[in-house]
Amino acid sequence: MELSSFLFYLLGALAIASAVSTVMSRNPVASAMSLVLHFFMLAGIYLTLQAQFIAVLQVLVYAGAIMVLIVFVIMLLNLGDEERLREKSSLRRLIATGLGIALLTQLGLAMLASNTDLTMMTSKAVEVGMVEAIGMDLFTNYLFAFEAVTLLLLVAVMGALILARRPSENEKIGSEI
Amino acid sequence: MEIINSIPLEYYLALSAIIFSIGVIGVLTRRNIIIIFMCVELMLNAVNLTLVGFSAFLGDTSGQIFVFFVMAVAAAEAAVGLAIVLAIYRNNKSIYADEINLLKW
Repeated sequence: MELSSFLFYLLGALAIASAVSTVMSRNPVASAMSLVLHFFMLAGIYLTLQAQFIAVLQVLVYAGAIMVLIVFVIMLLNLGDEERLREKSSLRRLIATGLGIALLTQLGLAMLASNTDLTMMTSKAVEVGMVEAIGMDLFTNYLFAFEAVTLLLLVAVMGALILARRPSENEKIGSEI
Repeated sequence: MEIINSIPLEYYLALSAIIFSIGVIGVLTRRNIIIIFMCVELMLNAVNLTLVGFSAFLGDTSGQIFVFFVMAVAAAEAAVGLAIVLAIYRNNKSIYADEINLLKW
């Protein structure tokens, strides 16, 4: 077996295992650590697809920024495990798992029904994954979307600040009246 | 052109479908809203994998640019979502989805 196929199977298996562990583990911190592992495995899979830029972004944005935020909130809230909520949801758990498996079957059937002939990846994929090609397209064809995203991020930062802020004493008195 | 990867696109799509379904099961079964949040991130990542796969196999940059935008929106969503979680915890002293039922009748 070639190195690239071996890497794909290894990373894919680890990605599925860490995703299952994210969903199953009762401790939120263990769940978050599995998710970090999952993001790293996905970055590796992006590398087998020759998408270097996206792989680096995956590690920086997801494994770096977003997971730090999530772990920080988990630590801030100081939660225990979900033991007291475990018993009463067994029927719901069964139905939900059934729905998930139904979705997976449907996706598989849709994939079998379509006949793509995209079985080979050519050397063009290497140039497509480079920063040069992505940057060229991003700052010409997708410039408006890029500017809109900058605005979105600014609004998100301000929204997060306003939502997470503790209301001051004056406002509390004002709202009671 | 030279062939550089022997794995067909279907394998990447299948992996993505499996991860997406795991994320859906997580959203439906878990009660802790932070874990539900993480499962949503899992689903976003599964879709990203599909986009990057198609982009690489078709030799088109657009898929990877969409992934770039999805990541930006996911970062914004994480910031606002976790701020909402903090605000709910401050009012409710609980972040379990079963106990946040003020709007339910």
